[in-house]
This record gives sequence, structure tokens and C-alpha cells, in this order.
Amino acid sequence: MSASGRSGGFWFVCFLAFALFVLHQDVWFWADARLVLGFVPIGLFYHALFSLACGVTWALAVRFCWPDRIEEWADEAAVSGDAGERP
Amino acid sequence: MTIAQAAVSHTPLYVIGGYLLLLLGLGLFSARFFRGTSSDYFVASRSIGPFMLLMSVFGTTMTGFALVGSSAKSFELGIGVYGLMASWSGLIHSAVFFLIGIRLWAIGKRYNYSTQVQFFRDRFQSETIGYLLFPILVALVIPYLLVGIISACKTVQPITIRMFPELFPSTNGAIPPWLTGLVICLVVLFYVFTGGVRSAAWANTFQTIVFMIMGVVTFWMISRAMGGLGAASERVLEHAPERAAREGSIGQLHFLSYLFIPLSVGMFPHLFQHWLTARSARTFRLTVIAHPVFIAIVWVPCVLVGMWAAGMFASGELALPTNVPGEMVVSAPADAPEGMELVRARPTGDPVMVDGAYVAGEGRVNANAALGRMVAFLINNPILIGLLTAGILAAIMSSLDSQFVCLGTMFTNDIVARIVGKDRFTDRQLVWLARLFVVGIVALSYGLSMALQSVNVFNLGVWCFSGFASLFPLAFAAIYWKRVTRAGAIACILVTTGVWLALILDALAFDAAYFGVIHHGEYLVAGMMPVALIFLSSVTSLVVVSLLTKPPPDDAVSRFFISSPRQSTPRESS
Repeated sequence: MSASGRSGGFWFVCFLAFALFVLHQDVWFWADARLVLGFVPIGLFYHALFSLACGVTWALAVRFCWPDRIEEWADEAAVSGDAGERP
Repeated sequence: MTIAQAAVSHTPLYVIGGYLLLLLGLGLFSARFFRGTSSDYFVASRSIGPFMLLMSVFGTTMTGFALVGSSAKSFELGIGVYGLMASWSGLIHSAVFFLIGIRLWAIGKRYNYSTQVQFFRDRFQSETIGYLLFPILVALVIPYLLVGIISACKTVQPITIRMFPELFPSTNGAIPPWLTGLVICLVVLFYVFTGGVRSAAWANTFQTIVFMIMGVVTFWMISRAMGGLGAASERVLEHAPERAAREGSIGQLHFLSYLFIPLSVGMFPHLFQHWLTARSARTFRLTVIAHPVFIAIVWVPCVLVGMWAAGMFASGELALPTNVPGEMVVSAPADAPEGMELVRARPTGDPVMVDGAYVAGEGRVNANAALGRMVAFLINNPILIGLLTAGILAAIMSSLDSQFVCLGTMFTNDIVARIVGKDRFTDRQLVWLARLFVVGIVALSYGLSMALQSVNVFNLGVWCFSGFASLFPLAFAAIYWKRVTRAGAIACILVTTGVWLALILDALAFDAAYFGVIHHGEYLVAGMMPVALIFLSSVTSLVVVSLLTKPPPDDAVSRFFISSPRQSTPRESS
């Protein structure tokens, strides 16, 4: 992945995470007890959708923000007297 | 609409017994894959794949707190409990798994750690931090354990009411908490004793599948018994409309400050241990993405059921137990004397009258029993009642096993092996040492849970989570901030512990006389969850003391940060 592509995707994910943080405080539905789909209070419905949006955001984070070299770094032999036997 | 009455049938108990036997069998089967090494007992030889990691992590984070506690809180406060915990968790849990979990996995694999304390001790080159953190982490896990055992007892009791009237007269014939707690603890002890964290992962996978399916089925069956989804919710709007919104129940600042609670997963020792079992970093991807969706699948139905229970209770149709053994209550009927809010009731919901007068209830309504009572009262199918109860127990036990094996691992590695010297033990001896500690921890937890049966599980869990959440800055700084110092870490731990103790004492021992207020049963400080103040204290002490003290040597720190290729750094001797 090119550096500019990663950078753009990374910042988009950061923007999404921040947007979710702000949108969580849904003051507009605070006193609203209307039912959606005939049985779900709108405040609960909104937050259920919020949870699904979190899943999408983290899918994008996995796609665009994955840490480079983490597998390789984890497998490098440690130069340490206290690491003990490797499994 | 006809409300089906709970039949006095022993079938639910047979079904629950069958589920527990299945779990024991799974424990025996998974133990066949146990390789006999300490590495396999503590971290499953770092071989767990994506699906099992997802199910283990999700099952571990979803406890009786998520099922019994959420429906209880929804019964008391309404739908706001979903936004309080579930939707914040969907955002923040996955963030922690992504930002903290994957890196700790890599560090744990590189340096062969089995516990958090090993990491923090090495990261800060400090034995003091190891011995400081250990008792704090253990002390915070114990209440979390109690949440599970107490929830199990409160779930089984209403389901088994009138089953054994001669054996257990004090509980109206229901299986008493001491017996439920004993059976649950022994079953979990069996499979973690034999196979360690690998058996816990297998059991968690099975239990998570069970409780997710049964949660949806429970929800569907309850809604059908209430005349459909719409009818169930309309009853709430008619009798308890405040439960369908947040106005008057939860303050804005209170709602916002709950965001700190999910950060607790960054410091759960049992979750840390599950992270270490992952086969690779890629193993985490499914967990990060699916976790928020799974939370919605479990929590939305539970919150709705709790809300529906509030509607039924307010209309006088649902009887709930109180903290007085054997007592059931309903909302006082319209013709009850003025000022009488609750009357004693039979399990069927009929008010008890003596000489033509209503008998007032004496205790406080036990909201923890809301989910169990809805199942027992509305679903007239003993097999389904048993299966649904087994699902609830599955959620509870999927956390207990991880916590038990985690504490055994910590005592073995962080205390005994550290003090005596790991080389003094054979691998087999280390495994047996851990097993002995697990037995001791199970016994202690059982005893404590019996002494604290009347405690509200949700509130107990929140204090526990607050402690872990407030230590999160330590984990974050250890992974991302090279400038954090040993003194800063120690200050963070001490300040966090001090502020946490001060606030919990104020809340529980001094009735909020000094720092906070009690609002709708919740202890708040300046309108916010106490975790906000503890977290702020933690961050402040960590940053300020770190900046005021000498930075650590670069070669002692850089080995914990992902370096460029072929640039491994030798470790300085401590």
C-alpha cells in the first residue's frame, strides 16, 4: 500500500472514530420515547445502529491502519536473559 | 392475551444439568489436546485461531453483568443502559483490542510473557511495580468473579421456585444460592483444572454460541408470550413510559462519563491472557470487527426484556422477589391503601390478601431477578426454560473460567516462580502449582459470593471496571510513550488506588457524605461516574511525575517498540 493511500485511509478512520465519539451523545433523542419498527424505542434503535457503525469503522481500521511489521517483529528472537523458553 | 403460568416441573433442572454435563464432557475432550506444558496451560501454546479468539474474548467480556445486570438496570433505569455500556463498548473495546491488544500480543510473544505483571515489570525495569500491581489486579478481579457467581445464583433461584418445597422451605422450594454457586464453581474448576486456558477457550466458544442463540430465542419467546413485540413495548408506554427514554433517569454528563468504563478491557488480566493465546496478529482482525456487532446482538434483546419487565411490573402483572428470602412482590393494585407501593404476591402474580386486606411487601425489589422471572413466568415450556437458563449460565461461566485460570497463572508466575526462581520448578510442577492456586481461588470466591448475595451485581461490576479503566493510561503509555518513567508508573498506580479507595468508601461506607451524591442508585461525582475523576488522577500523576523524573535509558525502552528491520536491541541488565 502506498504511503499516501495509507495516510488518507488512516485519517479517514480517525475522522470516523471521532465522529462516532461525538454522535454517541444523542441529545436529540434524550426525551423521545417514540417506537421504531413498532417496538424499539428510538433511543435504543439509534444506539443499536451506532454499534453496527462501529463494526464498519473497525473493519476500515483493519484495512487502512494495520501496524506494519508487527508479525515479523513478534517473531524476532529476543536477546534477553529473562525471556525463558519459547513455546 | 393469556399469561402462561410456570409449571412446577423438574424438566428445566434436567436440561440445565444436561448442559453442565455437556460442558464437563467438552472439558474432558479439550484436555486431550493439552500438551502438558506450562506454556500450553497458561497461553495455549499461542495457537488459538481467529474464530476461537473472537468467541473467547467476547464470551469473557460478556458476563452475567451483560445479561442479568443489563436487564436489571433496564428494569430500573430504562433503555439508557444500552447507550451507557453497550454502544460505548462497541467503539472502545475494539479500539483497545486494536491499539493495545495486538501490540501486547506481539510483545508477549517476543519476550514470552504469560502475565501482565511480567510485561510491566520488564517494561519499567522494576520489581516494585510488579509487586505493587499484582495485589491490585487480583483485588479488582475478585469482585468481577463475584458478579458471575452471584448472577448465576440469582438466575437459577426464580426458575426453580417450588421445585423442592420440603428440601428448601426457606427459598420457597427453589434451589438455594449455596448449591447453585457450588455446582457452577465445581464445573468450571473441573475443565480449567484439566486443560488450563485452552480448555477455557474451547468452553468459551461453546458457551458463547449457546448464550447468543438462546438470548435471541429468549427474547423471541418472551415477546410472543406478551402478544408480540409491539404489544410488549406498548405496555411499557402505558405503564412505565419513562423506561423508553432517558429524560429524568440519566444525566447527560453521567451518560458521557461512562465512556471510561470500557477502557477497563485494556487492563483485564484474564483478557490479556487470552490475547497471548492468539496464533498471530491477524488473528485479532475478526475480533476487532465483529465485537461491536455481537454486543448489539446480545444487549438489545436484554435491554428490551428489562424494559418490558418494568412495564409488566408497573401494571401489577409480574411478581418479583425481594431481598427478603421467599418474598415476592407486585406493584400495589389500584384499590390498595394509599401509600402502599408493593404488595406480597404469589409466584403467579396474584396479590396475597389476609382477611381481605393486602399484605405489604417488606423488602426491596430485586431487579437482578427480572430476566429470570420473565422467563419463568411467561414461557410455559419446561425444556425451553431450561435451555434459556442454560444460555444465561453459559454467559456467566464463560467469564468465570478465564478469571480462575488467570489468577492461577498470576500467582504461579508473578509470585511463586518470581520469588523462588522459575528454574527451581519443572514444567510439570509449574502446571500443578497453577492448578492448586486455581482451587484456592475458586474456594475463596465461592465463600465471598455467599456472604454478598444481596449486592447489586451491576454496581459491584462498575466499581471493578472503574479500577481497571483507571489503570488503562499505564498500559497505553507503556506501549506508545517512550518518555514514561518508572516513577511515573508507580505514581499512577498509587494515586489511582488511593482515589479509587476514597471514592468507593465514600459511596459504600459513608453514604456519599464527602465526595459524591447518590442519584437513582448511582454514585456520581460532579454529575459524572467516579471513574472520570479516578482516570483523570491517573493520567495526571502518570504524565506529571514522568516529565519531572529522569527519562529511562533508550536501550531499555526501545526494545518494546516495533523497530526497523534487522535492528534488534540488546537488553541492558537490570
